[in-house]
Amino acid sequence: MKALLNWLDDRTGYKALMHEALYERVPGGARWRYVWGSTLVFTFSVQLVTGLFLWMAYNPSSQTAWESVYYIQHEMLLGWLLRGIHHFTAQAMVVLLVVHLLQVIIDGAYKAPREVNFWVGLILMQIVLGLSLTGYLLPWDQKGYWATKVATSIAGIAPGVGDQLQSLAVGGPDYGHQTLSRFFALHAGLLPALLVGFLALHIYVFRRHGITVRDPIHLPDTTFWPDQMFKDTVACLAVLAAVLGLAVLHGAGPEGGAELGAPADPAENYSAARPEWYFLFLFQFLKYFPGKTEIFGAMVIPGVIMAFLFLMPFVGRWKLGHRFNVAFIMGILAGIGILTAQARLADSKDADYQAAVADADRKAERVKELVQIQGIGAAGAAKLLRDDPKTRGGALFAVKCATCHRYDGHDGTGRSLPGKATASDLGSFGTREWVRGMITDPAGPAHFGATRNSAEIGDRFENGEMAQWVAENVTSKKMTDDQLDAVVEFLTSLSDHREKGALDDEKIAKGREFFALGSEAVGGSCYDCHAMKLDHDPEGLFNEPSAQVAVAAPELTGYGSAKWLDEFIRNPGAKKFYGSHNAMPGFSEQFSDRELGMIVDWLLHRWPERQ
Amino acid sequence: MSQETDSIDGHAASDFFAPAEPRRGFVKQVLAIAIGGLVGLVPAAVGLATFLNPLRRSVKAKLQPSGSDADGFYKVATLDSLSETPQAFKIIADRKDAFNTFPKEAIGAVFLSRVGSHDVRAFNVTCPHAGCSVDYRPAKNAYHCPCHNSQFALDGQRDPKSPSPRDLDSLEVKVDGGQVFVKFHNYKPGHEEKTIQ
Repeated sequence: MKALLNWLDDRTGYKALMHEALYERVPGGARWRYVWGSTLVFTFSVQLVTGLFLWMAYNPSSQTAWESVYYIQHEMLLGWLLRGIHHFTAQAMVVLLVVHLLQVIIDGAYKAPREVNFWVGLILMQIVLGLSLTGYLLPWDQKGYWATKVATSIAGIAPGVGDQLQSLAVGGPDYGHQTLSRFFALHAGLLPALLVGFLALHIYVFRRHGITVRDPIHLPDTTFWPDQMFKDTVACLAVLAAVLGLAVLHGAGPEGGAELGAPADPAENYSAARPEWYFLFLFQFLKYFPGKTEIFGAMVIPGVIMAFLFLMPFVGRWKLGHRFNVAFIMGILAGIGILTAQARLADSKDADYQAAVADADRKAERVKELVQIQGIGAAGAAKLLRDDPKTRGGALFAVKCATCHRYDGHDGTGRSLPGKATASDLGSFGTREWVRGMITDPAGPAHFGATRNSAEIGDRFENGEMAQWVAENVTSKKMTDDQLDAVVEFLTSLSDHREKGALDDEKIAKGREFFALGSEAVGGSCYDCHAMKLDHDPEGLFNEPSAQVAVAAPELTGYGSAKWLDEFIRNPGAKKFYGSHNAMPGFSEQFSDRELGMIVDWLLHRWPERQ
Repeated sequence: MSQETDSIDGHAASDFFAPAEPRRGFVKQVLAIAIGGLVGLVPAAVGLATFLNPLRRSVKAKLQPSGSDADGFYKVATLDSLSETPQAFKIIADRKDAFNTFPKEAIGAVFLSRVGSHDVRAFNVTCPHAGCSVDYRPAKNAYHCPCHNSQFALDGQRDPKSPSPRDLDSLEVKVDGGQVFVKFHNYKPGHEEKTIQ
């Protein structure tokens, strides 16, 4: 063995190299304050290793990026932990970087002869921030997509070359496949290669000048191995423990690790977009630069600050220069802290932002459900949400229907609206509750009662013929509770509502009979006003035509079914519906077939649900 | 630089693992190696676990195509459409590729030919040698692999001069109501035994 090692040493000289690496002199003894640089090398190594393994499972294109990350997170063995380590180590790296920079400045380690190494360090910082920015986009979720879009838009305001710069970064006129490929090549290729190169230079120059010793007589001199190395490894262990702790904070399993939002969808606004927390200060800073002055906040001032950092070694030569440098970096950090706090504070007070975050969380959860129920097709996971009535129906309702209607008191997306509804609350449409309400209390606030808030409609429905019939027959109990139950059951049986539950055939038969014929006590049956056709009409109850057209009460054939609802929304003023009584606009022109289908399915809860 | 450090700790470059003060440094050396090993190993092990994911049985099961009946048979053709001359048919199923599901896509192909009036013979088109697709050559009335010239008779038997280690992979056939069903599998190429891939 020894002979073999000597043979190798003769040809490579590795022993001298190892010796130099391990027996770096540490004057004044090993100290905890020297660990920061080593922790940065460690975190970078962790990123290289975890990044390489993530690379083996990641597919950079706009139809597969989110999908492959989902696969890593939810299907691959410990994939969630791998992502978690990579994600939180990136954050740890930024923190350690700031600590390292701070220490270098406070200890005056940037001064001669270490100026060049200070500059190399600043370049390394830029590279790390570049890695962080490019990595944020790669999962292709809404958060990364919209936040990174802001960053490249800012690049677009650079004077003269802005447009070109932006096109080059994005790889085309807008975000897509090429953007991901470019960002991925930067993130996994160019930037790490640059980092390795500059890091080697950084360590080489560092070894040339040695540690900047704060207190040479603190302890007897020692060497890097094993004294300082021991402290360094303990510090690395602490970093790793913190990273692992953060990775399992929200659970050990696919629910933990790094967050994965809903897949990016350019057509889906995302009001919860925020950069990573360590870029929040820049985000906040931009709020203070109105209109054309944006360039000062986005480029000029950060550029001047960076330029000043590069000049620190020269400033430090003057008598009070070092103190000025320390004050400067402290001031900058304080500014960053204040801006970050302001950004957080503003968000915590902003109800709309919080609603947007809650909505984003809902969509992130929903898409995972849909993936498990339906699988991901060639068009990608964004299409699952786009075609999901549960996700899209409420938003469509909010835009077009909530001007008059409500849904369980809100606008369909959970937001309450100012002003009163001027049409029914459709939250329970298609259920027993809805039908029962219509028969027992048609003038109630959930049904026709709301129409009184419209000057145009007034009490046309509130005190209409239905309300009068109810007052005469239901309120007075001429219609028995059993009969009421039976009619409710019969009408509910026609509905397509997904959650209407089990039906009672006996009640349905009774209700069918009451609907057609009424009873001795009741004056007039439902069928006298409401037309009805049944596929299954064993008693031939509905063979004679209804007198419906004369009174303009809606036909109830398939009441609450997707077909009935679709026809009704398209043209509520048709003769078979409200005819001349109608107060609602027709929506056949305002919705595409797909949108209308989505609203109908949403109202009837006809969406894919896990068993 | 290296000479400088040599003179400080007083050791020759050849025994660089020997510490300056053996007794005091020993514990630290062991700890440094142990902790250093641990922090390096944890991220690498997690990555390796993810990398080894394809070896899990549950993963293989999840990625199996779906579209067959409970016994694993796929509907392929009608009995009427077959003759004694082999014809290639695609097996249509829901194909799975990692995170994607592609409904109703070809997951493979089979040669079907009639034997007598009631029986049907089925072969997987994949050559058992190296996984190319074999052709039926009417001129030779035999199956021929375009890659390495393996040749198989109509009953699937390999020509003795062929590089293929086994006969064409025959598949189980079921005829029901004029429909031909095939129990489709891909088999591992390159081996003498026929094992499901």
